[in-house]
Amino acid sequence: MVHQYKLNGYNIVLDACSGAIHIVDELAYDVIALYPDHTPEEITAALREQHQVTEDELRECVADVEELVRSGQLYSPDTFSEIAGTFKERSGDVVKALCLHVAHTCNLNCAYCFASQGRFHGDRALMSLETGRRALDFLIEHSGSRRNLEVDFFGGEPLMNWQTVKDLVAYARSREEESGKHFRFTLTTNGMLIDDDVIDFANREMDNVVLSLDGRKEIHDRLRLDYAGNGSYDRIVPKFQKLVQARGGVRYYMRGTFTHANPDFTKDLFHMADLGFTELSMEPVVCAPDDPAALTAADLETVKGEYELLAKEMLKRRQEGRPITFYHYMLDLEGGPCIYKRVSGCGSGTEYMAVTPWGDLYPCHQFVGEEAYKLGDIWNGVTNTALREEFRACNAYARPECADCWAKLYCSGGCAANAYHASGSIRGVYEAGCELFRKRIECAIMLQAALAEEEA
Amino acid sequence: KRIKTLKTRNLCESAKKGGCGECQTACKTVANQKCEKK
Repeated sequence: MVHQYKLNGYNIVLDACSGAIHIVDELAYDVIALYPDHTPEEITAALREQHQVTEDELRECVADVEELVRSGQLYSPDTFSEIAGTFKERSGDVVKALCLHVAHTCNLNCAYCFASQGRFHGDRALMSLETGRRALDFLIEHSGSRRNLEVDFFGGEPLMNWQTVKDLVAYARSREEESGKHFRFTLTTNGMLIDDDVIDFANREMDNVVLSLDGRKEIHDRLRLDYAGNGSYDRIVPKFQKLVQARGGVRYYMRGTFTHANPDFTKDLFHMADLGFTELSMEPVVCAPDDPAALTAADLETVKGEYELLAKEMLKRRQEGRPITFYHYMLDLEGGPCIYKRVSGCGSGTEYMAVTPWGDLYPCHQFVGEEAYKLGDIWNGVTNTALREEFRACNAYARPECADCWAKLYCSGGCAANAYHASGSIRGVYEAGCELFRKRIECAIMLQAALAEEEA
Repeated sequence: KRIKTLKTRNLCESAKKGGCGECQTACKTVANQKCEKK
């Protein structure tokens, strides 16, 4: 399957199954488009006058295209559907990552919170040290031969249970050598409780910190309020700046959410850059379609334009020596994921699970509180094995709607939680999310083309 | 002369090697990951 598009002066041809990416001129672009359904003679007749080229030039171009086809870099056959389920089958019941909900409570009252202000539709609670230690033991016990284990401290607001977080990190570190495992920790926080102790500890122990900031003050404070109704921007920005500076400006992401109030979200990204933050991630809100924050069809068109604007601005800033990183534009063309990872997806419900303060297991943080999606608990393991098998069957080839999509080896079948919230089924399709995803990948590949051009 | 091919990981080749499962599981809501073995 081949996808062709033009963006920012580049003619880009993506061969979906081999992963090959070609930057071509106008003639080659048209030859490639005609190639599957036309003979070389028909292509020559159709394009010679239009492109004002000689027959020899056209023949040479067709020969180049034929060479790419022969070498498996263009119109390569899709041979992956047969292996789609095998990787997850081979992985057995291995678990390698946990999202620890150390606090089902929050000191902010954000209107759009998918976790219902940190309570996940249930009671307020903090994870005990005993439960947390058992969760880490569960992870080690079920990790098979995997060496790298990941734990995300999440909530609610994890800093509301900070001592437990520190004690759990110490416990995990104490088990690394004898178990032959390496833990990588992530902390996701709204920033309200950041102090020097948090900064010192997080910068020593957390491989990544995710800092929630929505951008411009008026945008951030519109929805990210405390329980007294006051905005949080002025309190958290100086703390974030101090943490990031102490961290050396690396291994963090500013994580914003954009809604119907700011589909022009690049203004918020550039505002964060003006504040000194360079590692940026901005995501569309996940909520019910009738929620006032939900993006409308008109918003989606705006957002797609914003993604293009962002890519062009990133190029400009890089050339000016003040680059910024946007998470979804981080493509490593040579060192990216292998086909098995691309086909099998994020691993939710199989190798990745969320743990509630009470030790219950869910397929990921976005399913917590949905009783039908409880997998089991950290003492008895996965008892709802049918549900685990349902998640195991999710992959890039699981949905008939994806059969003709060129981007499925980039999205890996997409997010099961988004599919569930949009369609009522984890095997459904979140169409709006797909549309935005494809635009992001087009922009990300264009950036790689520009980078290659700069290096040439 | 009319086609420049970027250096990319050949997905068909990676299918022959099998996955190791060590790669990492920002946004909380795959293409952006790195391979642990590369």
